[in-house]
Amino acid sequence: MSFWFWHGLKKGVRSTHYPRKFESAAGVSPGRPVATEFDSATEAVLAAANCPVDAIVARGSAAEVKLERCIYCQHCHYGNPHLLEWNSDYEWTMAALGPGKYQPLPGAYHRSLHVMVVDAGDCGACLHEVKQLNNPLYNMHRLGIFLTATPRFADVLLVVGPVSENMRVPLLKTYEAMPTPKRILAVGACAINGGVFGRAFMSAGGAASVLPVDLLVPGDPPPPLAILHALLAVTGRKNPVAQMASLEGNS
Amino acid sequence: MPAMGASPLMPFQRIELDGVAAAVQEQFGSGISLERGSRGVVLAIHLKEPNVLADLSKALFWDVGCSFGGLIVEEHADRWRLCYLFLARGSGWVEVVLEVPATVQAVPSISAGVHAADWFEREAEDLFGLRFEGHPRLGDFILHDQIWPEGVAPHRKPQRKSVNVHQMQFRRRPNPDWRPLLVVQDPGSFAMPVGPVYEGGIGESLHFMLETVGEDVLRAVPRLFYKFRAVEKIAEGQGVSDVLLLAERFAATSSFAHSLAFSLAVERICSLEVPKRATNLRVLLAELERLRHHAGAITGICESTALAVAASQAAIIEEELLRASCKFAGHRYLFGLNTPGGLRRDFVSRDFETLIGAVDRAIEDLRELEDRLHFTSSFLDRLEDVGVVDPSKARDLNLVGPVGRASGRGHDLRRECPYGGYDSYTFETPREAEGDGYARLRVLFQEAYASAGLIHQSIERMEPGPVVALCESFIPGAALGWAEAPIGAALHWIRLDESGIVERYRAITPSFNNWLGFHAAVEDFAFQDFPIILATFGLSATECDR
Ligand code: SF4
Repeated sequence: MSFWFWHGLKKGVRSTHYPRKFESAAGVSPGRPVATEFDSATEAVLAAANCPVDAIVARGSAAEVKLERCIYCQHCHYGNPHLLEWNSDYEWTMAALGPGKYQPLPGAYHRSLHVMVVDAGDCGACLHEVKQLNNPLYNMHRLGIFLTATPRFADVLLVVGPVSENMRVPLLKTYEAMPTPKRILAVGACAINGGVFGRAFMSAGGAASVLPVDLLVPGDPPPPLAILHALLAVTGRKNPVAQMASLEGNS
Repeated sequence: MPAMGASPLMPFQRIELDGVAAAVQEQFGSGISLERGSRGVVLAIHLKEPNVLADLSKALFWDVGCSFGGLIVEEHADRWRLCYLFLARGSGWVEVVLEVPATVQAVPSISAGVHAADWFEREAEDLFGLRFEGHPRLGDFILHDQIWPEGVAPHRKPQRKSVNVHQMQFRRRPNPDWRPLLVVQDPGSFAMPVGPVYEGGIGESLHFMLETVGEDVLRAVPRLFYKFRAVEKIAEGQGVSDVLLLAERFAATSSFAHSLAFSLAVERICSLEVPKRATNLRVLLAELERLRHHAGAITGICESTALAVAASQAAIIEEELLRASCKFAGHRYLFGLNTPGGLRRDFVSRDFETLIGAVDRAIEDLRELEDRLHFTSSFLDRLEDVGVVDPSKARDLNLVGPVGRASGRGHDLRRECPYGGYDSYTFETPREAEGDGYARLRVLFQEAYASAGLIHQSIERMEPGPVVALCESFIPGAALGWAEAPIGAALHWIRLDESGIVERYRAITPSFNNWLGFHAAVEDFAFQDFPIILATFGLSATECDR
């Protein structure tokens, strides 16, 4: 109906200018805890003890953060005396095997990247944030990134969730059906190391225990722009940040 | 508001507890003993022998008019404890408790009388190996038959939760001969598999067999539990704070409601009095979550009908609400706020002002969207008379949440079994009688507006004070907590031991309830309506699978 056409025009362009400009609208990202200097080593240890998943490590009087483990419980954000500083950015994708070990896809993919999303038991948040990338505020099509319906056309496999046992086979089949070259993204704390589910009897403990993961997107869930940053890093239009810690317990 | 349908909606009727007690006493007097319930349950009916179970449940559901809450199975060293929950509207939860020795392997099934119990029994059979005698179809439910051998009961105590199934010896290779059960056997009929990895777009992992004879699909039964992560099993042996993280994270689109229901259960065990300010804030946050969820559900419906501009507008509203949540509470999905005893943080009045601004804008946009949708006949054509669940079926299948309310059910825990201070708020529970896709859409819009009203009320009555009470006394035992999640009634039940460790955790979710009834809406429909029916149901697989 024509009024939808006018309605759409009237609302104007609302898309973010990221990556050309940093998007600073409030609430696009929950931010992240960052390494914080305390007065004494004891305080740093107390700050580390706040974290239920050992994402905070005390080193001298500093508390360092292994963001890939963080489940955003906010215990280091408020509610007790030993808090960490929080940054409000969202560019925090990291290479799974460490800095320098990551090869972006070649230039031909720059403006045409097809992404296959597999839900391997996520809680709905990560999947939802991926879905937000399709809405007009993020509109990833403008960057030449598309979701695809079939693994045969896919260049990137985006995995969310800790890989529940019943999804192991469908996930592997999807991977095998994709042509090379391909890149694998583990999006969210669960896909990285199992998150709150960990490695348990029906949870494989992350995509890396099933597939050769290339990039990690920490967060629980990572906001849409963090996922977009990762997708840009797939083709080398952005760089993964330096690895913050090794992926222990994931081998 | 659109006119109500032909069948009149039953007014809200309270079920008096004395009436329940008298009714069951009269009929089953010698086989049962009644007791006053505690910790979230108002009446406990203990069965002296299993054989009255089926009749008693049927009488509670059909004659007394209770709705079914769910089944909680517990394994003790010497006995099984089965607890069937029923809701006496306006009075509270009634539990029917059956205890049998640990050596017993079969109990009577109640699902012939209470159809809503069907899946609960299948679940218990898969996970505990208990047989339900008289159940028409057990097996191949949570543990998919193509992976799991018979006779494994992973929720039994000896099963260690830390060992990944993949490494267990009993694991078979995927069985190449496995075939799903097909019902339609007409000549020329065939089945179209959909999922678990979706052909198109982003969907949760679940699977359907569309049984069809050509253009019309006769039957579509969901096959779920691809996402089963055994949350209840992982929780066993953990402390309350760790299980809270799990309760919050197994279904993120209603994480606040789930963490709230869980916290309420713990508070009952610790006899905690939640401060007034925290109670108010919880209402605010729960309604903010509902508003955001419904905006998302509306987006889904617009998308399913391929009305691109409307879908975009709805998606913008949803994203703005996500941002507002993040600005307000630090997390887009409201993680990390609830804690037993109240909330983990407080807010200042400036936070409320910004939030109210965002909520009002969202409501204004939603109203504009609704107005336009009401005049888009091509859109309405696709929703009207699609996926109809009539009120009698909805009652039979015990549908909850907006889906149930669109089929004439008044099931809303905020009203029927008030918790967390909701009894002091005024709000509408919208109901429709048609039970089609359009009715479900209207209910979503109305509820979104009602949520905004509740947010306003809660801010108006905000008083200064503490936001958390600390646990002082604690008596080991079990308690029930509940909340009206955006999708419907969520029940969390835990049993703690002397040291505060969780012995058994049970999460009964609205999606589980409603997926059970989903098949009622997908009988004999046109193939292209399938995504629309799915979207108007707006169910979550992760919430169901746990
Ligand atoms: S927010 Fe992350 S780093 Fe901070 S305590 Fe929670 S899990 Fe640890």
